[in-house]
Amino acid sequence: MIELYESQRAMRNMRRAAMQRGVIAILDVGSSKIACLVLRFDGAGPRHDDGVGSLAGQSGFRVIGAATTRSRGVAFGEIAAMQETERAIRTALQAAQKMAQIRVDHVIACFSGAQPRSYGLDGSVELEGTHVTEQDVARVLSACDVPDFGEGREVLHAQPVNFALDHRSGLIDPRGQVGNQLATDMHMLTVDALAIQNLAHAVKRCDLELAGVASSAYASGISSLVEDEQELGAACIDLGGGSTGISIFMKKHMIYADTVRMGGDHVTADISMGLQVPKTMAERIKTFYGGVVATGMDDREIIDIGGDTGDWEHDRRTVSRTELIGIMRPRVEEILEEVRARLDAAGFEHLPSQQIVLTGGGSQIPGLDGLATRILGQQVRLGRPLRVHGLPQAATGPGFASAVGLCLFAAHPQDEWWDFEIPVEKYPARSFRRAVKWFRDNW
Amino acid sequence: MQPLKGQRRPGAHRPARPDETLRSDPAPSRLRYRMHRLMLTPRFRFALRVGLPLGLMLAVGAGYFADQDRRDAVRLAIADLRASIEERPEFMVELMAIDGARDQVAEDIREILPIDFPTSSFDLDLDLIRQEVTGLDAVERATVRIRPGGVLQIDVTERVPAVVWRGPRGLELLDQDGNRVGPVFARSARPDLPLIVGRGADEAASEGLVLVAAAEPLKDRLRGLVRMGERRWDVVLDRDQRIMLPAKNPVQALERAIALDQAQDLLARDLAAVDLRNPRRPTLRMTQNAVQELWRIKNVVETADGDETEPEGER
Repeated sequence: MIELYESQRAMRNMRRAAMQRGVIAILDVGSSKIACLVLRFDGAGPRHDDGVGSLAGQSGFRVIGAATTRSRGVAFGEIAAMQETERAIRTALQAAQKMAQIRVDHVIACFSGAQPRSYGLDGSVELEGTHVTEQDVARVLSACDVPDFGEGREVLHAQPVNFALDHRSGLIDPRGQVGNQLATDMHMLTVDALAIQNLAHAVKRCDLELAGVASSAYASGISSLVEDEQELGAACIDLGGGSTGISIFMKKHMIYADTVRMGGDHVTADISMGLQVPKTMAERIKTFYGGVVATGMDDREIIDIGGDTGDWEHDRRTVSRTELIGIMRPRVEEILEEVRARLDAAGFEHLPSQQIVLTGGGSQIPGLDGLATRILGQQVRLGRPLRVHGLPQAATGPGFASAVGLCLFAAHPQDEWWDFEIPVEKYPARSFRRAVKWFRDNW
Repeated sequence: MQPLKGQRRPGAHRPARPDETLRSDPAPSRLRYRMHRLMLTPRFRFALRVGLPLGLMLAVGAGYFADQDRRDAVRLAIADLRASIEERPEFMVELMAIDGARDQVAEDIREILPIDFPTSSFDLDLDLIRQEVTGLDAVERATVRIRPGGVLQIDVTERVPAVVWRGPRGLELLDQDGNRVGPVFARSARPDLPLIVGRGADEAASEGLVLVAAAEPLKDRLRGLVRMGERRWDVVLDRDQRIMLPAKNPVQALERAIALDQAQDLLARDLAAVDLRNPRRPTLRMTQNAVQELWRIKNVVETADGDETEPEGER
């Protein structure tokens, strides 16, 4: 298990270095757009230990540069064409750097694809002393029996979501408490290793250091779910371009994440095929006239879909908005049905609160909340990412949920497995480290 | 019912053109991206803002001065400018005034300072002049300054000769510290000064002067002092009498001899030397004549009275 987390540890160190320099870039590699934000950390204010800090713990940083660019070479949230993606990342980064007027060397990236799979792990261990120490936490985390997640998979997140001490469960921080047996529940998210490697490679080709990787479903969850939703249980549906991310939060921890490999691009493709128009035209028609609920009014709203062939008849085609909705709705329904299936598979109905928040660029389709209510349940709302300092108006829409969430992730990352010390008995250089530990414990 | 938005013609919506929807968003090339990042690096920008102009200026300057002619021209221009300032009448020195020196010494000073008046005060190195002047034997101290009005003022304190020294280079005058003042051609030229003789006498001249002062009661008979072995003094009186003084505390020894003389007329007798080198055992050396006379008297007395009478001259 140790060598598996070396790269994650290296990224954490990189993040720490970036914090010291005070500048870090956020990169959301999506299928339809690549967003880049440049954050400046100007010394986090006094940390409040009683839970959430001021401004939900996001007062320490400020967005000083923001740029988006049309994505190329990314399909289903995964890098499909390395050169194209690299170029797109370069474009976004250069624009953001230009706006920030500062050079960025460290980047935290998120992506939506790569077939994430969630695993719930648990482990328990007898305490060595009477109190729970950091070392005990590390031991119980490494005592979790890791399922065989298969070749070519990489652990993206491994977050302890719950601690239990003897018969008391639901502990957030067991350190310093008295007990005999410590147990933990952990949520582990694995993704395709090749996707991460491709992303790391693309980032490296842009002369940047990767300081962290997150799942975009997780990132949009932390930005668009409000605090009590995160506490009581909610699902965040990030309707992206190439894929739709699902993340379920409970007690402020992500307990499940999944991806439906369908998104807004498929709607666009349907329009393009159904109306015989190019993709760009279809995208434009979708964003201007799209919808999922047809009314009588829409029969009379005629959309000019045009063309550039020179054929008079062909170039003056029109379509009513009802027809457009008739093309879009089945696909959106299909996506939501698939989401419903994933939520059912995850056991979402057993959660005390079943709030569902729709976010992402696809959630801007008019009437989507009504449609989603029919498919996903009554508690559906449209979510927008919370505001962070200095975020330009253009980047406040739901399409930037994962980028904003990544800002919060960069500022206050949740403790993951690799943030704890490696248990002493697992050290490779056993004797020397043990001697060091003995010295540290005794003096 | 009338449509709420009014009757629309087909095509009322603004036709969307693909080139409008596809906003131009060209990716920067790798090189441009790197250049942009480089330009955003603070150190590089500083180098560009400060280092580059500096380097350019240095390069241009170096290129300009690489040519010998230009270098000479600039040097000449600077020298001209300097000269034009230096030669202003305010800075010119017209003459030299020497105070506190006798004519002879003043002449010597003028001789060793080859200054062509008028000259600029910038060309005068006053420290050097002062050293030159102080280097003269006859000068003890000198102050050199340029007085307003273009006068080079040299104030000299001369050495006062205190003693005549007959040394390896002939007769010389020394001041009270033993510094050379100048030559003297005959002892009779300065009969007022005491005479000291011998190698190393100049270094102990101050001690000699103290001895001369102590020998005031013998002034009429004093011929001079002789430095013996660069260590101690002999007081030489007329009739070739010597008072040999120890190296330590010579003044006390001399005063003792003078006291003996005043009590017992010691020095008026026929003595060659009074040896006080060992203070616990003063010794007299008689002249040849005195010894023979003593012997003769002894014989007379022995023949007349036997051994009972002691000769008077022996102590």
